[in-house]
Amino acid sequence: MSKRMQNLMLPLLAVITGLILGGIIMWISGYKPINAYIALFQGAFGNPVFIANTIAGAIPLILTSLGIAIAFRTGLFNIGAEGQYWIGAMVGTWIGYNFPHLPWYIHIPFALIGAMLAGGIWGGLIPGLAKAFVGAHEVITTMMMSYIAILIGHFMLERGPMMAPGYNPQSPLVSPTATLPTLISNSNLSAGIFIAIAAIIVVYLVLFHTTFGYRLRTVGYNPMAAKYAGMNVPLFTIYSLGLSGVLAGLGGAVQIMGVDHQLTDTFSSGYGYTAIVVSLLARNNPIAIFFASVFFSALSTGSQVMQINSGVSPNMTDVITGVIIFFVATDKLYSYFRGRFRRTAKAQSEQKGVSLS
Amino acid sequence: MAILEIRNLRKVFGSVIANDEVNLSLEAGETHAILGENGAGKSTLIKMISGLYKPDAGQILLNGVEQHFANPRDAILAGIGVVHQHFMLIPALSVAENVVLGSEGSRFLFRKKDAIEKVLRISKELGLPLDPAIKVQDLPVGMQQRVEIVKALYRNARILILDEPTAVLTPQETEELFAVVRRLNQDQIPVIFISHKLDEVREIADRITVMRAGKSVNTMPVADATAKELAQLMVGREVVLETIKTPAQTGNVVLSVEGLSVRDDRKMTRVKNVSFDVRTGEIFGIAGVDGNGQTELVEAIVGLRKLEGGKILFLDKDITAESVSGRIHRGIGYVPQDRQRDGLVLPFTVADNLILRSVGNQPFSKSGWLQKKSTRASAEKLIKEFDIRPPLADAQAVSLSGGNQQKVILAREMSREPQLLIAVQPTRGLDVGAIEGIHRHLLSLCEQGKAVLLVSLELEEIMQLSDRIGVMHAGELVTVMDAKKATRETLGLAMTGERVEEGVAP
Repeated sequence: MSKRMQNLMLPLLAVITGLILGGIIMWISGYKPINAYIALFQGAFGNPVFIANTIAGAIPLILTSLGIAIAFRTGLFNIGAEGQYWIGAMVGTWIGYNFPHLPWYIHIPFALIGAMLAGGIWGGLIPGLAKAFVGAHEVITTMMMSYIAILIGHFMLERGPMMAPGYNPQSPLVSPTATLPTLISNSNLSAGIFIAIAAIIVVYLVLFHTTFGYRLRTVGYNPMAAKYAGMNVPLFTIYSLGLSGVLAGLGGAVQIMGVDHQLTDTFSSGYGYTAIVVSLLARNNPIAIFFASVFFSALSTGSQVMQINSGVSPNMTDVITGVIIFFVATDKLYSYFRGRFRRTAKAQSEQKGVSLS
Repeated sequence: MAILEIRNLRKVFGSVIANDEVNLSLEAGETHAILGENGAGKSTLIKMISGLYKPDAGQILLNGVEQHFANPRDAILAGIGVVHQHFMLIPALSVAENVVLGSEGSRFLFRKKDAIEKVLRISKELGLPLDPAIKVQDLPVGMQQRVEIVKALYRNARILILDEPTAVLTPQETEELFAVVRRLNQDQIPVIFISHKLDEVREIADRITVMRAGKSVNTMPVADATAKELAQLMVGREVVLETIKTPAQTGNVVLSVEGLSVRDDRKMTRVKNVSFDVRTGEIFGIAGVDGNGQTELVEAIVGLRKLEGGKILFLDKDITAESVSGRIHRGIGYVPQDRQRDGLVLPFTVADNLILRSVGNQPFSKSGWLQKKSTRASAEKLIKEFDIRPPLADAQAVSLSGGNQQKVILAREMSREPQLLIAVQPTRGLDVGAIEGIHRHLLSLCEQGKAVLLVSLELEEIMQLSDRIGVMHAGELVTVMDAKKATRETLGLAMTGERVEEGVAP
């Protein structure tokens, strides 16, 4: 099997296995899996508004996943995208309601860029510098920075400086000059989708068509060779985590400015974590990230209709997601069994290399 | 009767015959060397004897009884002890714990005191002083090897197999190892000693079996074997010991190293006050036993390692403070020792690997954008020129054989038209054909008036190619001599640290 085919097949197999196992669990619990899946599909793609909502739900996932994929490509694990997403949302909201007199064509870029910078500093600069200079592992630092961000967010809203007058933990609404227009009425789909698609194209071009992306990937695959080639490995660590945070921050701002219009206590439903799964499933390929994001968003939007029509709890989709994660993360298992049962030419040539060395 | 007898052993991997018609008999109390080039099939043979591989045909007999090892444990129980080239020790555990690991005896409780006592007893019997309580990670390499030997004997090994045991040792440690081997022989424990170093084998072995291309070619008592004869058996043809090159037209100094001192990662000074020049049109060879500072010296010259002291001049410019990429741009090419670890990005294609050190330059990129067409065109040209197989610019580097991976690196470095090419062990692990190709390329660089700094552990290679030879020992450049005057003896002597006075060149 060629490398490209394998990259496509393994995630597909994981998804199919996830759906089948989910179906078996529904069946054991006394539901009709086929009906449930039909309802799930209808809920995600059954009419234009559902489709729009599914795509709208994919936008923050696309942006945060792109960020995580860049880090993965450089061999880094940005586990704190959730916090960077929060920071981006916070800064986007603050700029969004504080400058109502700016014209929209300045206000919107201002809020987006502010959020990107904040996410970049939070996710990239601080953990990146810590890794580059004192060797602090990014898994720990990004995760801890993430908790700090989320808790700062709660502080801001719960009688903090960003709380709107009244008793609810929520910020004021962003001004209309900082709002991304809705594309399909009665849905959540905003012009943010263009930002997401633009981001996919930019990340794709940067990763695969620039010297910068070439170097990022070199550092990720083999830091020793990167050093040998004269690349500044710590600097690329900072760049990579920084870009990762920039994209997650952008995701937070786009969600605020396109959908929520204000920051609330219940703002994120774990996009930063789902995004890790999306990047894994998409094998860090920017274009595959689009489809993987739509898939996970569809699971979530469709689950509501699934519950109404067939009584299956929306939590069922979490089970499916879990199974998919398991199979994506254990793709080594697949190659292991393949190697055991069917000695391929490749395995043999590898062994030969060992034995003759 | 032979203790161990191997009859017509055969092992095939896919289309490659790794071992075929291998015969060997091991007598009590002898040291039996297996000599062969890299890739001759020595490791495969050992892996079959130690139960890691199953033979496809042939027999392994211990004291006349045929054995079928299903796994290494069977082999250990049968009394076969192997000390692998890469030690199988757990650095965080103590010597005693490492020795008893896997054979703790009592099922649940670990009798630490018994273990320590037994380790002490074995090491005393052997004359191998060893502290059972010290952690393995705190031991030098030579001592770690002792732990491996003690471990084998603790498991009642009646045959000891040493796989390239001296590759990592200093000359003193090698002498100590030899003393241990002789003592084992006195106790009637036979030793199989695997090596590709002629001198060593002639010193320690009683009998020698030469392997070539997977077969055992000949077995003879060591007294009957001359170095030349053995070399010929190993390679399978008359070995050209004379230089195959035309005398160099040396010119200006390209690289000048003055009073260089370098530390390794553990802050040990590994290069001490080394000075030498390399001129245009010459190959300057650096010989020495592995681990005498060659790696650190080269890493300092290419900018991968900080200096403790000294100066590096390249084309009369002081580059001591310059970055790696700065040195690349000035024209220093570098073929690193470990091609997979340093030299290649294995998941990248051949074409991408060929621009690893020039991705920022025209025509491979233009204002930050990769120019895939010119990268591809250049890759196809280099693939043809250097005969890289398979001839596919899109093949992943990981799918290439070692020789072809090395060709990719050499092609990349030479295509940059360097003023100086530093090549460390450029032919390690390659077959004869590939070696000759790489030698030809190095010589052609000289003919174009470029300079080459060649670091190699293979004396043959150094002597064949170099115009001048420097020998490193314990971090010092002991001597620099004209290659025409150098002999195996003078070089070998210098490698042990003897200063060869009349050979010292300015």
